[in-house]
Amino acid sequence: MPADAAAAGEVGEASEAGEVGDRSVTVRVPAQLRSLTAGNREVATPAGTVLSVIEALEAAHPGIQERLLDEAGTLRRFVNLFVADEDVRFLDGLSTKVAPGQTVSIVPAVAGG
Amino acid sequence: MSFVRGLSCRECGRAYPAEALHVCEWCFGPLEVTYDHDAMREVLTRQRIASGPRNLWRYADLLPVDTHEPPGLGAGFTPLVNAERLGAELGISELYLKDDTRNPTGSFKDRVVSVALTKARELGFRVAACASTGNLANSVAAHAARLGMESVVLIPHDLEAVKVLTTAVFGGRLLPIDGNYDDVNRLCSELADEYPEWAFVNVNLRPYYSEGSKTLAFEVAEQLGWELPDHVVVPIASGSQLTKIDKGFSELVATGLVDAGVRGVRVSGAQAAGCSPVATAFASGAEDVRPVKPSTIAKSLAIGNPADGGYALDVVRRTGGAVGSVTDDEIVDGIRLLARTEGIFAETAGGVTVATLVKLVDSGVVKRDERVVVYVTGSGLKTVEALVGRVSVAEPIGATLDDVARALNADFVTKAVA
Repeated sequence: MPADAAAAGEVGEASEAGEVGDRSVTVRVPAQLRSLTAGNREVATPAGTVLSVIEALEAAHPGIQERLLDEAGTLRRFVNLFVADEDVRFLDGLSTKVAPGQTVSIVPAVAGG
Repeated sequence: MSFVRGLSCRECGRAYPAEALHVCEWCFGPLEVTYDHDAMREVLTRQRIASGPRNLWRYADLLPVDTHEPPGLGAGFTPLVNAERLGAELGISELYLKDDTRNPTGSFKDRVVSVALTKARELGFRVAACASTGNLANSVAAHAARLGMESVVLIPHDLEAVKVLTTAVFGGRLLPIDGNYDDVNRLCSELADEYPEWAFVNVNLRPYYSEGSKTLAFEVAEQLGWELPDHVVVPIASGSQLTKIDKGFSELVATGLVDAGVRGVRVSGAQAAGCSPVATAFASGAEDVRPVKPSTIAKSLAIGNPADGGYALDVVRRTGGAVGSVTDDEIVDGIRLLARTEGIFAETAGGVTVATLVKLVDSGVVKRDERVVVYVTGSGLKTVEALVGRVSVAEPIGATLDDVARALNADFVTKAVA
């Protein structure tokens, strides 16, 4: 486990790290990004907003932010983000609040039909 | 032996092998099958196709599978109906209906499932899975049964009763989900990561699956005597079918099977007003398709976050088409108009397409001297509840000549007044 795991560590170990603890949210990572999270399906970050969650992910797993956001800092067209199962495009986008205990899911948009 | 080169990201062009992959690892863009069109052109002739089976495998050279005449239910090569009466009613001189109600499970989904599960078997999968609004559920469950595969089908809980029963009868796992299609689709995207041994036809097999819709273009051209139509009207759910029909016409030109024509094929789309993210983007001139929460009787088109919506929009704009939308009442009117004039009973999606055709003719988008093809993609027997309370049936009468005469007279009088 990397040294910066306290910012965004594997779920279950985050509370051991002490800094995230009960204030953490769970981020579900799709297969396409697991090479950046040491293969982990879920990681924890501090609560806040969708943007702060992404920034925490970037701090712990460098390279992940550019996969989710384009050069202008907006959510990439083919990435869907869900907070507690609701698409953030129906909420406040990257400003959507993420409360402790909630789950943020990163899901490729291309599926279905 | 197919002419597949591999997969390529539609957004950034990165190349991938022809495996069970659907999303670019870099930019999350959709992966598409690429072919060696030069090699294809060398062997492909109209005669070679015409001597093939009377199903979609006559176009195997243009599809991403290696198996020669694979097993299945015989999807494709459905009738192209010369719709003289509907055409006369709308003032269109040359109108055709691609009648895909006549597929094994009653919808065009048999085409895409045939291709997806053939590829799935080639890759060694034994479990077929999908997220579905109903038609795909029918097709995956039926094809899995025929091919001796297990199936896991996930659907929104509130689908039409017929679509649920006619999926369950095939005996696979059917999981109604407490949510709408977009919820089910997201769930399946996550499940595909957790169960990589399952062939989700419209998730990890999607690049192959979607290619099956090209046959809707191939057949129309062949049935028109190897000529292209001027204008096609296609329903939009995810947008995949519309983009692949356009791709199909382009491939026929690229391989020399048809002449490009002067103007190319105009492609127009049809949506239900209760779920019209692509029509809304088209009307406003927006580049992006904003997701919506669907509410329409056209449940098979109720995809609020269409994966290929942006690409469908691109095709429509590039070819000079339009995207129309119609209300639930207009959908039922469309179903009845098609039934009354041509004897074809379409599901709600067909009502959307026919009703949109009416609007596009009225607004001058579809020109009356164009050779027009309308895609009727599913059978009305699956969505009969859309007609309940909207199509009236007379009260029972006595089994006497007098009762019948009275009833007919009353009916004739009603019609005369109307």
